[in-house]
Amino acid sequence: MKQFIGMFVFLALFSCKDSSTKTTSENLSEAATKAEEREVEVANDSEIPIYSFAEFEPLLHKKDGTTYVVNFWATWCKPCIKEMPYFEELAAKYKDDNVEVIFVSLDFPRLLEKQVIPFIKENNIKSKVVLLDDTGANEWIPKVDEFWSGAIPATLIYRNDYRKFYEGPFDFEKLESAVKEVLKP
Amino acid sequence: MKTFKNILILGIYVLALVFGTMSFTEKNTTDIVGGYDIGDKVKDVNLKDVTGEMVSFADYDSAKGFIVIFTCNTCPYAVASEDRINALDAEFKEKGYPVIAINPNNPDVQPDDTFELMQTKASDKNFSFPYLYDASSTVYAQFGAAKTPHVYILQKEDDSLVVKYIGAIDDSVRSAAGVSKRYAADAVNALLNGQKVPLTKTKAIGCSVKV
Repeated sequence: MKQFIGMFVFLALFSCKDSSTKTTSENLSEAATKAEEREVEVANDSEIPIYSFAEFEPLLHKKDGTTYVVNFWATWCKPCIKEMPYFEELAAKYKDDNVEVIFVSLDFPRLLEKQVIPFIKENNIKSKVVLLDDTGANEWIPKVDEFWSGAIPATLIYRNDYRKFYEGPFDFEKLESAVKEVLKP
Repeated sequence: MKTFKNILILGIYVLALVFGTMSFTEKNTTDIVGGYDIGDKVKDVNLKDVTGEMVSFADYDSAKGFIVIFTCNTCPYAVASEDRINALDAEFKEKGYPVIAINPNNPDVQPDDTFELMQTKASDKNFSFPYLYDASSTVYAQFGAAKTPHVYILQKEDDSLVVKYIGAIDDSVRSAAGVSKRYAADAVNALLNGQKVPLTKTKAIGCSVKV
């Protein structure tokens, strides 16, 4: 009996630990630091558009049946780059279920070529990346979600009119269940 | 014996189900930050400044209020705001609203936010205001600060300190050149003139508090 309880307690503790968000992905952090440290020459015709909020906003309201996972991040935000591989994994796993990940960088626009593009290349990020450059965040933050404090990372998951907003980091399990919730009919 | 074993196994299943549901619930809950709202009375703090001295609101007899700013050494948005924080202190300290900066980050999570590096930062950037270390990570939670930079403007009313403004320094955290609305300064000026704060809550992008 004691053994059973012991085993159960062990399992419970283990599963708690497992579900915490402290999974490490040091490679990405290191890569980010490296990207910060060195200067990289990148051609001007980058594939990362710089949007004002007005230009960006339609990406938050598409009604084409696709499930959009819109993640707000920056190269210098450690919890953001730690969770990026989970979004990439999700995009690959749910490719056939019409799931699309959009990474919205809130980096300083002047660092697009020096930091953002090298980071994307170095980490082989496949999902769409845009840079949102707009002052007046007080007006546009509530348009993303009224409960968003403005802290990153933050993620909006939506399909047509159904939307869920999350402030804070994800692990893969948590992200997958959040997407499944939006995916279900 | 067999029945006992069956009951035991059933018990384990039930417990597992309960715990499983609990962790599932936890996973789907977005962190909702509590803390102060407009009009709330603020409890005093007692935190160590980069000078080594302990600082409390009660130390400021002649202050009419405070511009409390949660900020840190590392967040690029906080760094981009440093000159603007110095400017706020220069503009309003003499008028009775000094800046009190507080670093809420835990250096175990954000290694460059140590007390020693706060001292370096304060001296390199000539901070004219106290830069306090929330070593126990309790003050940021008391306020409900979610990010850096995050501003709380307090006004003395009788013997209390009351929250009058929560939010951003201005409408362009990434670049001082892009500022068109100085929310925090506008709030203090309104209080100094005995008027209502025009915009009591604003939002800006910031780095999540690292604890």
